Amino acid sequence: MTDLPLWAALPASMLLVLGGVLTLTGAIGLVRLPDFYMRMHPPTMGTTLGTGCVLIASMLVSSALEGRPIVHELLITLFIVITAPITAMLLMRAAVYRGGIRL
Amino acid sequence: MNAIFDFAAQFASLCFVTAMLLALVRLFRGPAAQDRVLALDTFYINGMLTLLMLGIRSSSTMYFDMALLIALFGFASTIALAKFLLRGEVIEP
Repeated sequence: MTDLPLWAALPASMLLVLGGVLTLTGAIGLVRLPDFYMRMHPPTMGTTLGTGCVLIASMLVSSALEGRPIVHELLITLFIVITAPITAMLLMRAAVYRGGIRL
Repeated sequence: MNAIFDFAAQFASLCFVTAMLLALVRLFRGPAAQDRVLALDTFYINGMLTLLMLGIRSSSTMYFDMALLIALFGFASTIALAKFLLRGEVIEP
């Protein structure tokens, strides 16, 4: 972490701050919203976008430090992007089956 | 320039740990079981992000494998819990 160049440090910092703010927004929405169906979507949005931002920043930093492109963080991004809608859909079906829809 | 990056990394770590604490609040306070499962899902993803931040700040590749394992097992556990809430058993004959 001693010789991180400027073209990598600035976008990585912006992506890290953006990912932190998005994830914190999702967690605050998880605590503050009144209904389960409203509580469903802020953590999904926050974690998907936050994970994407943090992993792009990690790719930038490790590529800039090694001097060659390192893309094996794309594996986690792909996995999270594929599995977040499956989790949301199954939890929503479980909620509808258990409690009925009270809107 | 590295001071800005260090500040951003510390800020992101603080945000992820705060998000973990808020998910823990929902995990203990949630009125129904599906609220607790959703809070657990948010909790493990934020823990994985905290581990990735540790990996970025110490520039080590060992944290990446742990983050991938946490993502895999967390997805399997959330799917198993949601299936149990939906059907009453996880693996049906």
